[in-house]
Amino acid sequence: MISCKNISKKYKKVQALSDISFEVKPGEIFGLIGPDGAGKTTLFRILTTLILADEGVASVDGLDVVNDYKLIRERVGYMPGRFSLYQDLSVEENLNFFATVFNTTVEENYELVRDIYQQIEPFKTRKAGKLSGGMKQKLALSCALIHKPTVLFLDEPTTGVDPVSRKEFWGMLKNLQQQGITILVSTPYMDEASLCDRIALIQKGRLLTIDSPGKIADGFKKTLLSVSAENMSLLLTDLRTIPEVENCYAFGDSHHITLKNRTSRYEQEHSDSKGKKDNEIEFIINDLKVTLEAKNHLNIIIKEIKPGIEDCFMELSKNNL
Amino acid sequence: MEKVIVVENLTKAFGRFKAVDQISFEVEKGEIFGFLGANGAGKTTAMRMLCGLSIPTSGKALVAGYDIRTQPEMIKKNIGYMSQKFALYEDLTVAENIRFYAGIYQVPEKEIAPRTQKLLERLGLEHEKDSLVKSLPLGWKQKLAFSVAVFHHPGIVFLDEPTGGVDPVTRRQFWEMIYEATDSGITVFVTTHYMDEAEYCDRVSIMVDGKIAALDTPANLKKEFDANNMDEVFYRLARNASRKAD
Repeated sequence: MISCKNISKKYKKVQALSDISFEVKPGEIFGLIGPDGAGKTTLFRILTTLILADEGVASVDGLDVVNDYKLIRERVGYMPGRFSLYQDLSVEENLNFFATVFNTTVEENYELVRDIYQQIEPFKTRKAGKLSGGMKQKLALSCALIHKPTVLFLDEPTTGVDPVSRKEFWGMLKNLQQQGITILVSTPYMDEASLCDRIALIQKGRLLTIDSPGKIADGFKKTLLSVSAENMSLLLTDLRTIPEVENCYAFGDSHHITLKNRTSRYEQEHSDSKGKKDNEIEFIINDLKVTLEAKNHLNIIIKEIKPGIEDCFMELSKNNL
Repeated sequence: MEKVIVVENLTKAFGRFKAVDQISFEVEKGEIFGFLGANGAGKTTAMRMLCGLSIPTSGKALVAGYDIRTQPEMIKKNIGYMSQKFALYEDLTVAENIRFYAGIYQVPEKEIAPRTQKLLERLGLEHEKDSLVKSLPLGWKQKLAFSVAVFHHPGIVFLDEPTGGVDPVTRRQFWEMIYEATDSGITVFVTTHYMDEAEYCDRVSIMVDGKIAALDTPANLKKEFDANNMDEVFYRLARNASRKAD
């Protein structure tokens, strides 16, 4: 439904995108996940035919972004990161305006936006500029949908939005997906990755990986441990002084660590065993516990855990400096 | 314990709408105080009052020992402020930004050079001091913005979503910087939408519909709401908010 091949874009000295290739399948929710400055917005602008790439080709709904740009504009819905509706028009006027521009009417496609628009309909005579953040977001989404697009581009729709409203917003996206709309959505929130069918992690204009969230987590080959103790701040400092610890970062109520390749010592001591991985991890955990106890830490809890997307992003981004 | 912020029944009404509705709390010296809430819960309005930028409708508050109603100018001198949206002038260099803020906050002339040098060394920005801020990576900008916000050695610094959109590694480095700052006695008042960051606060308050719905250490909040993490605590409190459309 969306296809990018070797897309690159440079702004003066800044390489915004380097050799980006990926495909989005029909009906998919595809997430483009990365921090500010990763190139997400540039990619959206290229795909929505607003700017030209320096190199590479891209198509949306089978249409080329350069040659068929007019046709693409009729078929896609685009919600930019910055609120871009008419602040001096009312809620209702904005929606009518966008319907008219696309040669349709609100009535004709009302079904598609009903669930979302109904939440702001009580305020339909209010000027868009006077709406709260959450309401603006719902109006912008309604306006992006009113011409019944086949592909929806949402550039950071949940940035600065609180966790409860973010969950609600993702619920709306799932509903739209069920109505057959393909969705490309970008976000800096790593926890939203799990709500996408497939994701691409992006940083500094490069794609780090593309896959389903589950498979990306499976691709994390190192042992990941979560460590907590009473004094978390001191624990962070102490963990970093342990030679075997490769990386150590705070993750809410625990610290996540990866270890340098230290299986050799275990193998030396257990050369007869069949290298049972579980035993090995137990060995590592006990070893670490002893080390931390020697540093006077109390209530130490160490567990092997499955990596989240944020762990994966941090691991993959190390190679993208 | 010394109280750096004391808030009593603080209220701000816009017409009949009570954006902030009789909130009371205290923040101790050296504490990292997380100020959470859904969009529209009244966080920004409350924070504006505490920074001396908006006069309360009723109630009172002391910030750094000064009354927000009668001494707002003293408060502005004695606090630091940083937000994700605006912190530094992009068209000024690193050194110019520091010099500008030092001037605004009336840092003694002879202090400016040594403090600037120390700041640049700490951040490893010595070679970038004549670079325009807009040319710096976002992570560096955020760290610089924080350092500039505490350049005049305020007793308290207000951070309004300081890590929004920042990459995972930089976000964590930023928090380590906050920890270091509190070791030197500064009090941190911070808002965030990242619930893992709520865990890094000594105490967290959660605003719902203009009121403080919960206030405690992250550990106690999780216990009280029988939740595995702060995300669940937040969800339980905020999902029933009546100002949901915001």
